This record gives sequence, structure tokens and C-alpha cells, in this order.
Amino acid sequence: MSETKKSKHTAGKNSSNLKDQIRRWWWLFLLPVTLAFVIGFIWPFLQGIYLSFCKFKTTSDATFIGLSNYGRALSDPTFVHSFWYSALFAVTSLVFINIPAFAVAYALTQDIKFSNLYRTVFFMPNLIGGIVLGYIWSMIFDGILSAYNTSILLNSTYGFWGLIILICWQQIGYMMIIYIAGLQAIPTDMIEAAEIDGANGWQTLFKVIIPNVMPSITICMFLSITNGFKLFDQNLALTAGQPFIMNPDGTTIKTTEMLALNIYNTFYNSNAASRGTAQAKAVLFFILVAAIGLIQLRFTREKEVQQ
Amino acid sequence: MKTAKQGKTILSIVLGIISIIYVIPMVVVVLNSFKLNTYVKTDTFAFPTGEMWAGVSNFTKGMTFGNYPFASSAWYSVLITVASTFLILLFTSMAAWYIARVDSKICRIIYYLCVFSMVVPFQMVMFTLAKTADTLKLNTPWTIPVVYLGFGAGLAIFMFVGFVKSIPLEIEEAAAIDGAGPVKTYFQVVLPMMKPTMISVGILEIMWVWNDYLLPYLVLDRTKYMTIPIHIQFLKGSYGTVDLGATMALILLSIIPVIVFYLLCQKHIIKGVAAGAVKG
Repeated sequence: MSETKKSKHTAGKNSSNLKDQIRRWWWLFLLPVTLAFVIGFIWPFLQGIYLSFCKFKTTSDATFIGLSNYGRALSDPTFVHSFWYSALFAVTSLVFINIPAFAVAYALTQDIKFSNLYRTVFFMPNLIGGIVLGYIWSMIFDGILSAYNTSILLNSTYGFWGLIILICWQQIGYMMIIYIAGLQAIPTDMIEAAEIDGANGWQTLFKVIIPNVMPSITICMFLSITNGFKLFDQNLALTAGQPFIMNPDGTTIKTTEMLALNIYNTFYNSNAASRGTAQAKAVLFFILVAAIGLIQLRFTREKEVQQ
Repeated sequence: MKTAKQGKTILSIVLGIISIIYVIPMVVVVLNSFKLNTYVKTDTFAFPTGEMWAGVSNFTKGMTFGNYPFASSAWYSVLITVASTFLILLFTSMAAWYIARVDSKICRIIYYLCVFSMVVPFQMVMFTLAKTADTLKLNTPWTIPVVYLGFGAGLAIFMFVGFVKSIPLEIEEAAAIDGAGPVKTYFQVVLPMMKPTMISVGILEIMWVWNDYLLPYLVLDRTKYMTIPIHIQFLKGSYGTVDLGATMALILLSIIPVIVFYLLCQKHIIKGVAAGAVKG
């Protein structure tokens, strides 16, 4: 007893000694990242918040105007449209990514032939960048649709489902990897015990396997939702918002434009005077994504407590 | 037992068929990169035989396509990816060790700001970040890695701190008792132990930077520098009639290194991605 106390004491002394020694080298260990972090994140973030309350064309000509940028953002029909479009996309992609991903992961963990080869193939599209993916699929869709004298750029229904197909091709393999890790962590004797107790395949799946991979399911669901809302490259490369609809009041709705692209277009492809509105939209977008992140944190924390 | 075995064979065959469907888009890219432009749209899924065959003309045309040499874009992509990944791995792992071991108030503030930065979408900072980078002359392929270090620090610090906290202190204390200073202790004792996390973080950063489009597009001086994603977007975006054959040739060239990299370090890539997803 006294010995452990003693060793603990000396360990504490040594570690505080080590701590003091490391502390002297703060300029080598801590400073480079901190400086880059201030340049690459902290300063742009704070300036972004400030500018959302200003009228500006560049960062140096800002004048404070209060909340009116937010009013303009929320009453902008293109922004509202892109929000609902993104939400619909996020929920649809959640279903169409996760069900196949789980099914494939479940099949691949059944000790079948060539499972490594199949895993390699399914994950591969994940490494290709969004811009390149967009152009590969725009060629494929137009190759099919040109036979019917139309194009993915002419019909917003094709644009929506085209982007869903693209995102499924890219992300099913990614979610599959997370599900496989979850499935492999289930102790085999637990599944065997269920089988001995007379559970059939479906009962084992729903009563034993799915409850045990709930953490993976939570992660994948939130990942698909966040990815759906944040999607930019694929959206830009596949349709860039086309087809456009002209409203009677003069506004143009880009039917397949998602939130990130709407913010981008407000910044760079419209009147420079609307940059304040664009920054306010960006702040609202940040709040939305951060809120989803917070809900996710709560979910995973609760699960941890229960276990 | 026999039916279970048959079931598995059927399952394997079904997955095999899905795998073949899964690689079709890649095959279509290869087919069309050897096809004359006029046939890409009308005969997208046909083999480039007879009059459709373009030989390597799409590739030679693609090299100077868009009034910008593709070789330059490829070189800048490699430069930016390698330099950024190196900077991130070196400096964030050092900072993570400092944060985990010193554990002062400032350390905790920096750590929580890093975690916070992971939920901030790029659109939130893109305008101000591009302006800041421009003012500080971080708008060249040689200096943009600093921007990547700053914007990408969050996930890397988060993953490294998590790992350092799992290393027992005794090893470093033993090194300190043997007279090694913090710098020597870090580079000779701590850094080698971090190898698995280094690989995971490195793979995540390589995949991010190599495929990133918007950040370099907004930050780099576009009249002088392009990366592969910018180049490909430029071809499609700014031309009235696009040479689809040449575009597909460039897309094929940009995918091949990624596929080779994937097949060579598949195990690490899958592990790294899973680690990043579960922690991020």
C-alpha cells in the first residue's frame, strides 16, 4: 500500500518535471499550428461573423448595418428553395445509402468467397474527387438520356435522382466499412446463443445484430445527413443548379441548387453588393450544420451512458 | 448445412454481379477516353472501334487543353498534397503531444477550438479565408500548405491528442531520466510510437487535399496556378462546346494514380477512413 503511494508520488514529480521541460519549448511545439490555425480558421471565422452584420464588397469597405442581411437571406426565395432541396436530398440519400450499405456489409461478414475483392470494389469510388465524379456521371446520364432527346440539365427530377445515384455510388462503400467494423465487433457467441435458443435468421438480425450495431448506425445516419447538407463539388459538376425557372417577379430559381452552391453563387456569381447577404447565409448554414453535430453528440453520449 | 453453403455461393454470385455493375462507370471512362469526341455523346456505352477509335489523340490533345498544360496542374496537385500532408503530420502531432502533456488552460482552449472547427463548413469562412490568404501571400502552391495546416488542424489534433493520451507516461519519463530533452524525447520516443495514427491521419489528409476543389480555387492565383480538380472544372465550365473525349482522357489520367495508391495501401486506407469517421 505504502509502496504504491510512494511510486505514485515520484511519478507525479517526474511528470511535472517533464511538463515544465516541455513547456519551455512552446514556441516549437505549439506556436506553428496555433499561428496557422489563427490564419486558416480563427480569424476568417470571426471576421465572417462580423461581416454578416455589414454591407461590404471587399473585407476593407465594411459598414455595420445590423441584422438586415439576415432578413434578406431568409426572405430570398432561392435560399429557401435550396434549403428544402438540400433537406429532401439529405433524407433521401440517408435511406438510399444506408440500407444497401448495411445489407452489403452484412453479406460480406458472412464468410463468403471473394469478400475482400468485393469490399475493394465497393469502396473504390470513395477516393475519386467530387468534381471528377460529377463529370463521369454527367457523361453517363447524358449518354442514356440523349437517346430520348433530353439531358440531365433539362429536367430537375433527373437532376435530383442523378445526384442520388452519384452519391450512392460514392458513399455506400464508405458506410459499408463502418458497418463492417461494427458487425465484426459483435461477439460470435452472442449470435450462436441466439441460434441455439431457436431464433431464425430474421429474429437474430433484428433482435441481436441491429441493436448491437446501433452506434455504427447512428454514426452513418448523421454522416449521411451532414454530407447531404454540405454537398458542393458533386452538385456543381453534375447540374450546377440547372434547369432554371424564371419567376414572374424576376427571380430565377435554380431548381437543383443546394445550400452550399447557393451561398457560393450569392458570393461570387451575383451582384457584389449581395455579399453581406451571402455571409449571413453562410452563418445560418454553419448554425444548421453545427446543430446537427450537437444533436449527434447528444445521441452518442446517451448511448454510451446506457451501455 | 448444405443449404447454408449453397446460400453463401448464391450470395457471393449476387455480390459479384453488383461489383461488375459498380465498376461500369470506370469502364465507361476508359472506353470514352479512346473515342472521338463526336461519338462520346451518341455512343457513350459502345466500344471505341472502327471510325470511333481516337487512338491516343485525346490524351495528346488533353495535355494542352484549355490553354493550360495539364502537366503543370498535375505537378501543383502533387506539390500541394505532399507539402500540406507533411506540414500537417509534423506540426499537429507536435502540438498534440504538447497539448496532451502540458494540459494547461491555453492548451485546453486550443484543443476545444480545434474540435469546434471540425463542425464549421467551409462556406462559412471561404470568403474571408481567401482574402486573408491573399493578403498574406499564401496564394501560391508553395505557400498554400500553410492554409491547409490551419484549416485542417482540427481533425488531426483531435486524433493525435486521443492517441497521445493512451501512451503511458512512464516511457517518456524514462527518456527524461536518461537525460533526453523534450525535443529528443519527442522525435526519438514519441514520434515512432505514433506511426499508426500518422498513417491514418496522413491518408485522410491526402484524400482531402488531392480531391479538394473549392479551397485552392478560391485561394490560388488562378491565372498562374491550377490543380487537377480546378483544371477539369475549368474545361467543362468555361467552354461552349467541350471536347468530351479529351476531358475523359484527363479524368482517366487523374484517376489512375488514385487507384494505384488505393490498391497499394488499401488496408491502411480503409483503417484510416474508419478511424476518421468514428472519431470525427
